[in-house]
Amino acid sequence: MPRHRMHLMVCTGTGCVSNKSLGIKEALERELEKQSLQEEVRIITTGCNGFCANGPIVVAQPEGIFYQLLTEEDIPHLVEEHFLKGRPVEKLMYSPPEDESPIPKMKDIGFFGKQQLIALANRGIIDPENIDEYIGRDGYKALAKALTSMTPEEIIEEIKGSGLRGRGGAGFPTGRKWEFCRNAPGNAKYIICNCDEGDPGAFMDRSIMESDPHAVLEGMLIGARAIGAGHGFVYIRNEYPLALERLLKAMKQAGEYGLLGDDILGTEFSFDITINRGAGAFVCGEETSLIGSLESKLPEPRVRPPYPAISGYMGKPTNINNVETWSNIPHIVRRGAEWFSGIGTETSKGTKVFSLVGKVNNTGLVEVPMGISMREIIYDIGGGIPGNKKFKAVQTGGPSGGCIPESLLDIPVDYESLTKAGAIMGSGGMIVMDEETCMVEVARYFLSFTQEESCGKCTPCREGTRHMLNILENITRGKGEEKDLDLLERMGKLIKDTALCALGNTAPNPVITTIKHFRHEYEAHIRDQKCPARVCKELIRYYILEDRCNGCTLCARNCPSDTIRGERKEVHVIEQEKCIKCGICLSVCRFDAVRVE
Amino acid sequence: MMIDLTIDNKNMELEEKITILEAAKRVGVKIPTLCHNDKLKAYGGCRICLVEVTARQVPGRSRLIPACCSQVEDGLTIVTDSERVKEARVFIIELLLSRCPDSEELKRLAAELGFSPEDRASLDMVGEYLLYRAPQLVDTNCILCGLCIRVCAEITERHAISFSERGMKRRVKTPFDKVADTCIGCGACAYVCPTDTITIEEAP
Repeated sequence: MPRHRMHLMVCTGTGCVSNKSLGIKEALERELEKQSLQEEVRIITTGCNGFCANGPIVVAQPEGIFYQLLTEEDIPHLVEEHFLKGRPVEKLMYSPPEDESPIPKMKDIGFFGKQQLIALANRGIIDPENIDEYIGRDGYKALAKALTSMTPEEIIEEIKGSGLRGRGGAGFPTGRKWEFCRNAPGNAKYIICNCDEGDPGAFMDRSIMESDPHAVLEGMLIGARAIGAGHGFVYIRNEYPLALERLLKAMKQAGEYGLLGDDILGTEFSFDITINRGAGAFVCGEETSLIGSLESKLPEPRVRPPYPAISGYMGKPTNINNVETWSNIPHIVRRGAEWFSGIGTETSKGTKVFSLVGKVNNTGLVEVPMGISMREIIYDIGGGIPGNKKFKAVQTGGPSGGCIPESLLDIPVDYESLTKAGAIMGSGGMIVMDEETCMVEVARYFLSFTQEESCGKCTPCREGTRHMLNILENITRGKGEEKDLDLLERMGKLIKDTALCALGNTAPNPVITTIKHFRHEYEAHIRDQKCPARVCKELIRYYILEDRCNGCTLCARNCPSDTIRGERKEVHVIEQEKCIKCGICLSVCRFDAVRVE
Repeated sequence: MMIDLTIDNKNMELEEKITILEAAKRVGVKIPTLCHNDKLKAYGGCRICLVEVTARQVPGRSRLIPACCSQVEDGLTIVTDSERVKEARVFIIELLLSRCPDSEELKRLAAELGFSPEDRASLDMVGEYLLYRAPQLVDTNCILCGLCIRVCAEITERHAISFSERGMKRRVKTPFDKVADTCIGCGACAYVCPTDTITIEEAP
C-alpha cells in the first residue's frame, strides 16, 4: 500500500454534501494532480465530522488542521500554500465568534473539546464505504470475541453490566431487554434496528449510519448472537438516501468478507438483514407501530404487554433498538462493561449523541459523557448564542420533550434529571432558543407536529391534541382567554394519562413545560394581546421611524405585498391593513428605520 | 399457578390468564366499552375501559390501562371506580361528544358518569370548553372505534372497509371510495356500530 505524507479528510455527511463537499473533493483532486501531489497527499471521504454549521469541512492529517466553509475557489490557493509549500492557510480556519485569531487544530476548537466519542468513534476518521478502514480501527474484533470466546449469556451479562440504556428515547436497560427476548419461548426470533428518526431538528442516527455503518451492523450481529435471532431488519426512513446507500454498501462488503450471511467467521452462527424503508409516518418510531409497518399493516401502535420481546414481528420474540444503541455495542463488548460504566452518572452510563441546533453558534452533532451540564453543551461546545442575544430555553427530546429554562441549565444531562425537569432525554434533539423565540409559538409548533402525526387510533391523542392546538392557535392570535391556561394544563395532563402510546403520552409536554416556565409570555398574549418576543404575526406591527427614514425606497422595492408608500427621499409609511408581516422591510433597511412592536 | 388479584376490593383467584374486562365481568363489576366486542380482536383505541392498576412488585405506583386488552397478572390490584379512572372516562366521553354530539350511546355513557351534555352546569372545565366553546372539528357520528372494520375482516372475512388517512383526517372507507367488490351486504358492520352510523340500503 502506497504511503502518503498527508491525508485530507473530506466530510461527506449529508450536511456537507448539500454544501457541495463533493465539488470540493473534485477540486482537490484536480489541484493535487496539477501540483503533482497525488502520490503524496491522499483524499479520504468520511462521514459526518459533526461541526455541520461550518461545512464543507476538510481536516488535514496527521497535524489535524481544520479547514471550514470551503468553496471550490479556495482550493487552488489551499493546495499550493499548505499541501505543497507547508504553510497552513489561516483565513480558511475556524475563529471563535468573540475572537479574531484562528485556531488551526481541530482538537483545540471548543466545539470538539468536551466531546467524548464512542458511538461516533470513527467519525471523520474512516471512509464509511470501505470496510478495511473499519477493520483497521478494530472493527469486527468485538464480533469475533462474541462468537468465539463468549456465550450468549456472557454477552448479555456484559451489556447489563455496562449499564447501557436505550438511546431511542425511553431509556430502557438494553441488556435486560435482550435477556427478555432471549428467554422468550420460541425458536424464530428477530432483531430490528430502528432508523426511523423523526424528531424535527434531530439527525443523530442518520449521521451514525452515514459515518460508521459497520458499527451498527456489528452491534446487530452481536445482539443477534446474544438473543438467538437469525434475521434482522433495519427500518430506515426514506428521507435518508445517503445513509441507506452506505448501509447497503456496508452490508455487501460484510457479506463478501463472511461477516454477514451463513457461517459467519467460520462459526455456525448465521444472520441476515432485510432493509425496510419507512414511508414518512412519525409514529413508526414507536416500536409496535414500526413492527406493524414491517408486517404491511397500518402503522399504528398496539397496547403493550405483550411486549415485542414476547410477541413482536409476526408474533415472534423481537428485540428492537435504535441506531445509536446498536453502535455502542461493539465498543462495550471489545472494551468491557467496566470501562463503559466508568463513564457517566449513577443511573445513566456512557455517552449520548445530541444534535445541537437552533440559536447556538456551533450547530452540529456532539457526543458527550452523560452527566455533563446543559450549560457546558450550549456554551462550551455550542459556543453560546449568536449575536450576543440572551438565552431563553432549550428543548430536549423533540416534540415529546420539554423546554428547559435558564434556571435549570446546570442540571446534569441524564435520563432522570431531564425527566424531573419536565423534559426527556429522547433520542437526542437539542434545540436552543434565544430571547427572540416566542414560547407560545414554540409550543404551538411542536403540538401541530404531533397532532399532524397522530395516527388517530386512540381518542385522546387524536381529538385531544387537536383541541389543545386550537386553543394555542387562538392565544397566538390574541384571542385567548384567561382560563385557557388551566384548560391546557388540565387537558394535557389527561391526554398524558389516557393516550395509547408514547406519542400521545408525551405530546402535551412542550405545552405543559412552557406554561410552567414561561407563563408570563402566555399571559402577555392573553391579557395584553402582546407577543413579547415579537413573533406572533397577528400581535405585532411593523412601522417606520420618521426621523430615521431617508426615503431610499429599498423597503418599498422589496415589499412583496406592495404595502409601503412614499416618494423617493421622503419618509415612507407601511399601510397596516395590507401588511403581511413578513419582516423583509426590517431586514433590508440600512438605516435602522424599520421597527416592530 | 394461581393468579391472585383484587378488583374493586373483591378478591379473585384465577387459573388462567384472561382479560381484566372478562375478570371484572365474573365478579359483577361493570366496565364501559365502546370499541370492544367479545367476538373480535381487542383494539384498545377508544380508551373508555381504562382501569387503574397497581402491581404487587411496585406498590404505590399505579397506572391506567385498557381493560379490554390487558391480561390479569398475579398480584394485581385493579380499581375501576377511582377518581382518576372517572376523570379519564369523563374526558374520553367529552372528547367523543365534541365530535359526535348527537350520539345516543355517548349521551347514555355520559349519564352513567354523572353528566349530561345538554346541562352546561353538570360539566367540568374541560367538558364545558369541548361541548360549548370549542369548534366542532368533524361532522360525523363515527367515533372511529374500528368495530365495523374488524367484523368485516375477522368474521365475514370480506375486508370491504378500512381506515384511511391518519389523525383527525382518519375515516372508515371502502377501497378508493367505490363500492367494494368484496362487500356481500351482510350488514354486520351496521350491526356492531355503537353509534348507529352505518345504514344499510336496499339495492335498487
